[in-house]
Amino acid sequence: MASLLRAQLRLAVGVLTTLTLTVGSLPLLFVVSPSLGDVRVLGMPLPWVILAFAIYPVLVVLGWVYVRGAERNERAFADVVERS
Amino acid sequence: MSTPLAITAVVLVVVATIAIGTWGLRFSRTTSDFFVASRTVGPGLNASAIGGEYLSAASFLGVAGLVLAYGAEMLWYPVGWTAGYLVLLVLVAAPLRRSGAYTLPDFAETRLESRTVRIVSSVLVVAIGWLYLMPQFQGAGLALRTVTGAPSWVGGVVVAVVVVLNVLPGGMRSVTFVQAFQYWLKLTALLVPAFFLMLVWLGDGAASPADATGAVGTALVGSDQWALPISPGDPYVLYTTYSLIVATFLGTMGLPHVVVRFYTNPDGRAARRTTLVVLGLLGVFYVLPPVYGALGRIYAPDLVATGQSDTVVLELPARMIAGFGGELLAALTTAGAFAAFLSTSSGLTIAVAGVISQEVTSRRLSGITAFRVAAVLGVAVPLMLALMTSGVSVARAVGLAFAVAASTFCPLLVLGIWWPRLTDVGALAGLAVGGLGSGVAVVDTLLGLEHTGWTDALLAQPAAWTVPLAFLTMVLVSLATPRRRPAGVRRFLVRLHTPEAVALDRG
Repeated sequence: MASLLRAQLRLAVGVLTTLTLTVGSLPLLFVVSPSLGDVRVLGMPLPWVILAFAIYPVLVVLGWVYVRGAERNERAFADVVERS
Repeated sequence: MSTPLAITAVVLVVVATIAIGTWGLRFSRTTSDFFVASRTVGPGLNASAIGGEYLSAASFLGVAGLVLAYGAEMLWYPVGWTAGYLVLLVLVAAPLRRSGAYTLPDFAETRLESRTVRIVSSVLVVAIGWLYLMPQFQGAGLALRTVTGAPSWVGGVVVAVVVVLNVLPGGMRSVTFVQAFQYWLKLTALLVPAFFLMLVWLGDGAASPADATGAVGTALVGSDQWALPISPGDPYVLYTTYSLIVATFLGTMGLPHVVVRFYTNPDGRAARRTTLVVLGLLGVFYVLPPVYGALGRIYAPDLVATGQSDTVVLELPARMIAGFGGELLAALTTAGAFAAFLSTSSGLTIAVAGVISQEVTSRRLSGITAFRVAAVLGVAVPLMLALMTSGVSVARAVGLAFAVAASTFCPLLVLGIWWPRLTDVGALAGLAVGGLGSGVAVVDTLLGLEHTGWTDALLAQPAAWTVPLAFLTMVLVSLATPRRRPAGVRRFLVRLHTPEAVALDRG
């Protein structure tokens, strides 16, 4: 049981760390290089492209990775319990 | 704007809401149906219902208004409201469903084996619920005034009455169908007009909204500032942005109407999958409001100067498209806005009424009557608050509810689910510190007190200091009171994390 809890916690911390490093670092990035506001993609300022559109698929993919990982951990645990 | 069409749209939404609610009523028989729809709702329907319930006045009207007025900085609101579901998925979704509790106070009592924690949690649920309901009623007043010229209080009263009518007979089960319908209505109501507005914009030469300067005196923020999520001139902007991120990322899991939805999933695995679908649904929806805000900068810049930027979603279609077509699209966005007020208010009312009836009214009355009395109470108080206070933007008021939830229930849930050493004393101390800290900021904002410098920044966005403080207090006080550790905590944690497929004595 302790091993399942540890595995799930490790997975959760991994996903949240990725979230912090990607999405969480954006405000700092924009402060460090405000010239990003001048970069245009298809006529839109780059920060707009990231925050208004590109960020949502990233969030869904992170969620999908987590759900897969969590279900794999649970299956592994169920196998161990049933064998014992 | 054409009054008859818009009024027809509002009436249609109200009638459809009541009709679907009544249809769902046929399935609603027991007290358990009232609170959690007897836990038999599939992931697709449940995810649409969660989306329908979650996308409130703040999402439908507020985001576009803030983006119009302040630019890219405000894109953090929809991003945070979506990312909040990712954090919820990762940290609490499946364990919360497996805990077998109906509400947040139920969870707190089962985990910590303490009546006192239960009572404090109940008070917080009602406080957060009311804080969240208030801007819904204000938004409804604003919307109805914009499209019909009716006084501001009418919209709020209409929404309150419909919510009570809808919740009284059917409870959670009927509301699940209503809210699933309302997600798709809200999406359509923004998507279809946005498509036509984009066509008009392309036909006009597709000028970038960032370059729009507006006529002299329209009070638009400068192009640089509007295009960049960090306004260069503001020394507190980094703090404010991160504080908003903390509040929205961590506050979602502590919202009473969000949490109550997780008990309607059949098991923990379904709870996770439902949350993943919700993430997708929210991502699709939140692409749209900023489009209205951006186009508003070109076609309706005067709304900023008159302080009516929250109405941009309602105003834009008729301004950009002349004649019947524009009026029809305007009626559609009005219908979507009312769907937003109704669905969020219904969900919050059920959550708040569930807690009030469990704690207060059920001592005197039977199950379903107690729930109905509590529902009326749950709506009346925030309606009064909405009529008395005004001037706080819809999205900002909702932001405060997130800050309180992040400072109280987030540490309680995260530590309660993952950390066996949390004690009742530690939880109480943390709830008190987080609740008082964020509570001071809420009262300060609602009273509209003026501050400058750091005091202003810290009170306007309290989450960045109240959340760590609440976590720290819970951990330190729990470590100092190891004897208060509940006897059954190991057993409880095993139940939270064990998949249902594994046979287990679930007590």
